[in-house]
Amino acid sequence: MGELIKVGMADLNCTKSPGVLTTLGLGSCVGVCIYDTYNKVSGMVHVMLPSSQQIKNNSNVAKFADTGIAKLLEDMQKLGANKNRLVSKIAGGAQMFNFNDSSDIMRIGSRNVTATKEVLQSLNIPIIAEDTGGSHGRTIELYSESGILLIKTIGLGTKQI
Amino acid sequence: MTLSLDNLNSMQIDVLKEIGNIGAGNAATALSKMIAKRIDMDVPKVNILEFRDVAELVGGPETAVVGIYFKVTGDITGSIMFLLDKMSARFLTNLLMSMDESSDQLSEMEISALQEVGNILAGSYLSSLSSLTGLKLVVSVPSLASDMAGAILSVPVILFGQVGDKVMLIETDFIEGSQHVKGNFFLVPDEDSFEILLKSLGVL
Repeated sequence: MGELIKVGMADLNCTKSPGVLTTLGLGSCVGVCIYDTYNKVSGMVHVMLPSSQQIKNNSNVAKFADTGIAKLLEDMQKLGANKNRLVSKIAGGAQMFNFNDSSDIMRIGSRNVTATKEVLQSLNIPIIAEDTGGSHGRTIELYSESGILLIKTIGLGTKQI
Repeated sequence: MTLSLDNLNSMQIDVLKEIGNIGAGNAATALSKMIAKRIDMDVPKVNILEFRDVAELVGGPETAVVGIYFKVTGDITGSIMFLLDKMSARFLTNLLMSMDESSDQLSEMEISALQEVGNILAGSYLSSLSSLTGLKLVVSVPSLASDMAGAILSVPVILFGQVGDKVMLIETDFIEGSQHVKGNFFLVPDEDSFEILLKSLGVL
C-alpha cells in the first residue's frame, strides 16, 4: 500500500498509484472519488455545499460540488489523467439529524448528492458505484492501484465498492 | 460586505465570547440542579477555527461522539448543537439513571435522558442569551445522533460554511467530583441573524 494522503473538509487532492486518498468522518458532505483506470491517477474532493452560485463567500473552490469537481479534474489532468478514461464513485450525503419538518438545510446531504451527480454527468464522467444517504458517518479510502473504494462506519461494518 | 466570522473585529469577538461564558454558566447551573450534585466548571473557551481543525478538538474526525441538535427560531434563526464525547455521555447517563453501564451502544432510555439534558442545557443557554439581548428565541425539540465526530460536526460546519470559512464554538468543561464532562456548544446564527445578534448586543 502506498502513502496515505488525507483530504480534509472542503479540501481536495490527487495522487498516482500506489497512493491512497482518504477522508475521515464524512457526514452530510459528499466524498467524490474520480479515477483514471488506465493511468491509475486518482482524485478526491470533500464537497460541503451543492453550488458556489448560491453563496456569496465562495473563494474556497473545494467547498462546492460545481467548482470542486472542476478543479479536481484540472489537477488530475496535470498528473497525467486522461479525461476520456475517468470513472467516479461517490459516498456520503447522510442526514445526521432528523426533524419532522425537512427544511432545506436538514436535507443538505441529499442536495449535495444530487448536485454532485449533475456535475459529474455534465462532465461526462460515469458514476460506477455509490454509497450515499442514510444517517451514519463514513470514512473512505480510495486505492489508486485498483480503484477500490473502502468505506468504514461505526456499527455498520466495512465495505468495498 | 457580508458580516461573517472572517471579518469580525476584536470587540465583537469579545462580546460573543462573553455571551458564550454566561450561557454556559447558566447551563452548568441547570445541569447541577438536574442531577442534584455540585458541578464545577472551567472558564469556557471560545474558539474560532478553520473547518479542518474543528474535529481535532474532540480527538479527530473518527472519534465516537454524541451530538444533540436544536433549531432556533424567533427574532433570530439558526441552530445550537451540544457535543459530548462518548465517555462523557456514558458518564452522564449513568449519573442520571444511577447505573453502572459501560456498553458502547446507547439504549432508547439513555438517548431520551441525554436529549433531556440537552434540552435543559440549550434552554438555559438560550434564555440567558435572550435576556441579554432582549430578543425572542424559541428552541425546537432535540434530535440526537451518535456517530463519528467528523460526520456529526459536518452539520454545524456546513451551516457556517454558507457564510464563511470559519466556525465558532464554545468549549465547556463540567466537573463533578473527580469526573470531567467535556462538552462543546455550537451556536450557529443564520446569515442575516448574525447582524441582528450583534446589533442587539450594541456592537454593530
